Amino acid sequence: MKFKNDVAALDATDLRILQALQENARQTYTAIGKGLGMAHSTVYDRIKRMEKQGIVRKYVALVDPDKAGAKTIMAMITVYTDPKVIERVAHKLCEAAEVLEVYTSLSEELQIMAKVVAETQEHLHEFISNSVAPLPGVLRVRTSIVTKKFKEEQFSIADPGRANVYKRNV
Amino acid sequence: MSRSQKIVPREKAFYFFSSIGNYTGVSALSLKEFIEKINEVNVKSLEFHLNRGDFEKWVNDVLQDVELAVDIRRLQRLNLVGEALRNQLVLTVSRRLRRLAT
Repeated sequence: MKFKNDVAALDATDLRILQALQENARQTYTAIGKGLGMAHSTVYDRIKRMEKQGIVRKYVALVDPDKAGAKTIMAMITVYTDPKVIERVAHKLCEAAEVLEVYTSLSEELQIMAKVVAETQEHLHEFISNSVAPLPGVLRVRTSIVTKKFKEEQFSIADPGRANVYKRNV
Repeated sequence: MSRSQKIVPREKAFYFFSSIGNYTGVSALSLKEFIEKINEVNVKSLEFHLNRGDFEKWVNDVLQDVELAVDIRRLQRLNLVGEALRNQLVLTVSRRLRRLAT
């Protein structure tokens, strides 16, 4: 296995296995092997190796919160910070159960973007007021409450639009 | 330290928001600072917090100034908006500050 800048170079077989797993992670090694025309032992070895390398991080169920009866609201928050503390603030946000995703970005100003869930608008406000605004270095916070979700997908290795991403390794 | 000079820890400060989740970057750690910030923050923020009862709650729960909390609640009932609200709020808090200082 080749590594470049700590990134494992995947070959075409790895990518096809990942694609099969992303379509259905519950299928057996034999089923994947059959579908791809290779031995189940090859599938097993490669999946175990990719798990060990952290390429396959975990296998999870994608739960629809609405259908599961969870009463939550989602919001995208943008946290503007003092550039010196942006990493610290981002890590603090990661610790909160209400925060699902955290990213940093450099547009006009250095900022943190986070996806947050809460039971109600009031809980969302309380969380930002009690746990985000008081963090040292936070300059201001902008919140957009999600009203309707049109698409939510995980990064897919099989997306034809990203076919060239792996081209050099295949 | 007297109540007029009381400085609260950062996590107990009053954080001014313009609407749900939108923190303006303005905060106050004491009654003295609170009045300064009332003068500078966008008046929409004052309307937002007064209608929600946030000022009254902070003054009562954090500064533990029941008397001022009652005065602010009275102000809330007047349904003031804009600069009239700012002026009344400044007047109410200033009056209390002067009383506490004497």
